Amino acid sequence: MSAPPNLAPLYTAEPKKVATRNAYGDALLELGKANADVVVLDADLSGSTKTKAFSKAHPDRFFNMGVAEANMIGVAAGLASQGKVAFASSFAMFATGKAFEQIRQSVCIPNLNVKVCATHAGLTVGEDGKSHQMLEDVTLMRVIPNMQVMVPADSVEARQCIHAAAKIDGPVYVRLSRGATPIVFAENYQFEFGKAATLREGTDLAIIAMGVTVSAAMEAAEALAADGVQARVINMSTIKPLDVEAVASAARDCGAIMTAEEHQENGGLGDAVAQAVALSHPVPMKMCAMHDQFGQSGTGDQLLAHYGLDAAGLTKSAKELIKRKGA
Amino acid sequence: MALTQEQKSLVESAARQTRVDTIRMVHAAACGHPGGPLGMADFMATLFMQHLNLTPENRHDAKRDRFVLGNGHTCAGYYSLLSQKGLIPRDDLLLFRKMGADLQGHPHRNHDLGIDFSTGSLGNSLSVSLGMALAAKHNGWDSRVYSASSDGESQEGQIWEAATAAAHYGASNLTVLVDFNNVQIDGYMRDVMDVRDLREKYEAFGWHAVDVDGHDVEAVDAALVAAREETKRPSALICKTLIGKGVSFMENQPGWHGVAPNDDEARKALAELGVADDELATMVPVTA
Repeated sequence: MSAPPNLAPLYTAEPKKVATRNAYGDALLELGKANADVVVLDADLSGSTKTKAFSKAHPDRFFNMGVAEANMIGVAAGLASQGKVAFASSFAMFATGKAFEQIRQSVCIPNLNVKVCATHAGLTVGEDGKSHQMLEDVTLMRVIPNMQVMVPADSVEARQCIHAAAKIDGPVYVRLSRGATPIVFAENYQFEFGKAATLREGTDLAIIAMGVTVSAAMEAAEALAADGVQARVINMSTIKPLDVEAVASAARDCGAIMTAEEHQENGGLGDAVAQAVALSHPVPMKMCAMHDQFGQSGTGDQLLAHYGLDAAGLTKSAKELIKRKGA
Repeated sequence: MALTQEQKSLVESAARQTRVDTIRMVHAAACGHPGGPLGMADFMATLFMQHLNLTPENRHDAKRDRFVLGNGHTCAGYYSLLSQKGLIPRDDLLLFRKMGADLQGHPHRNHDLGIDFSTGSLGNSLSVSLGMALAAKHNGWDSRVYSASSDGESQEGQIWEAATAAAHYGASNLTVLVDFNNVQIDGYMRDVMDVRDLREKYEAFGWHAVDVDGHDVEAVDAALVAAREETKRPSALICKTLIGKGVSFMENQPGWHGVAPNDDEARKALAELGVADDELATMVPVTA
């Protein structure tokens, strides 16, 4: 077991918050400068997805495809087939929902260098409500052969995920969020594709989280520790390929596993982890997720709390799981 | 420049071979789509033999022309033309649709064989072709991207997303050849879903669009020459064809969109296409 990575001071009075989509925009600028083959496509949302800075810096390598996501993915596939590294962005709902078939047929079957980087994923889109709260994107993307999936926990990791996506030879999906979320990692954190990061050691249960719920999981672990329960917290930022060894170790060491995601439990992180647990070392599990339901309007924080995905909700669920573990 | 007599003969001979191969391949596979390739054979042969810059020598050259078969189910004819150009071994044609074969039921990208893209799901091809065309332009290449589509595929909304974007980006290096035979799998277009005048539609989307007799290889050639001369707009050739062309009992019959001929039907079709009796005798029966 390697030492936990350097973490940001999460529990200062005012933790620093930055949206992962901002890091995406920054990383694209870096990539655009470093690699002349990088092209970016957007579907009339470049201000929101943060691809606009790239469009200003490299207008000849930016293609605004208008409100037509299916065509955007097809064009990205055509560009990639000619040697370009194509980043295609929209909101997660549209990028993976409207263009699912194009991603499968034109990107994943020919195994092309298209990086679908979708923002505004999950509940924390907030007030736009259920039409825009994409809760099924990880499910849709992880089931397609050749597709690899990343969900960064914060902006520090997001920037590195985008650079990793550019290096991978093949299709990648990166899930990004709209709202400013707490910084989990210190600046010198080193993201490693395909490897889970253990943020906190513990052997009473393991909390495996992705995206914006990682910081809540860390807070929950602190609350549990106050009650004498030591939770291992694992940041699962690569959903596919899943770090099954980290899951198996957590199951063996802790005897109970809880997952946390602002996503449907069906096909999401919880499902992926359950599959790995079932195939390695079955233990009691609990999935903190959306349970076959749509969201609603509200602020991101209100929604996370309402659906039990904030620190308080995760703490409560962890206690229930611990009871089952002992039973 | 118009086709010389020699060029015209070459194209016509390639079209005939495409039809013969299509019947033999679909018959041997005992499934597949014979009607479309028979109807497309003349304009596809014109494109492949006179315009598409693709040879066994340049197949791995990124700067060569590209071709995307949007109506991927018609790939028997496409594979035949690639084999006539020396990219697919002749012996492989009869392995079409069989387990382990490179020649999949719908095309799968394989630059060794000159297959530029994976298709099969209708509607995706024009977007992909546009992406290829934009890449070529961005790289300063003078290569062209050709895309085959169909009247049926024109019912897919994504085609019109791509048509909008291709005109917006002035993709003059993109040419789509639309097989317009008025037939789709469920019947005649007028009964299933009439797409009306595709030339007018493409024109309204900002394209250089022409109607052409898809069986007149000189007219198709002239239209492809005109498309090359376009400097601002993408080009659409609406190729008016007869599904099943060249086999009397398949012509204009929706039933031959996606059904393989049995042994007797295959022999009859090949005889109509001028295959000699002694060659017909070598055909391996596949139906009980």
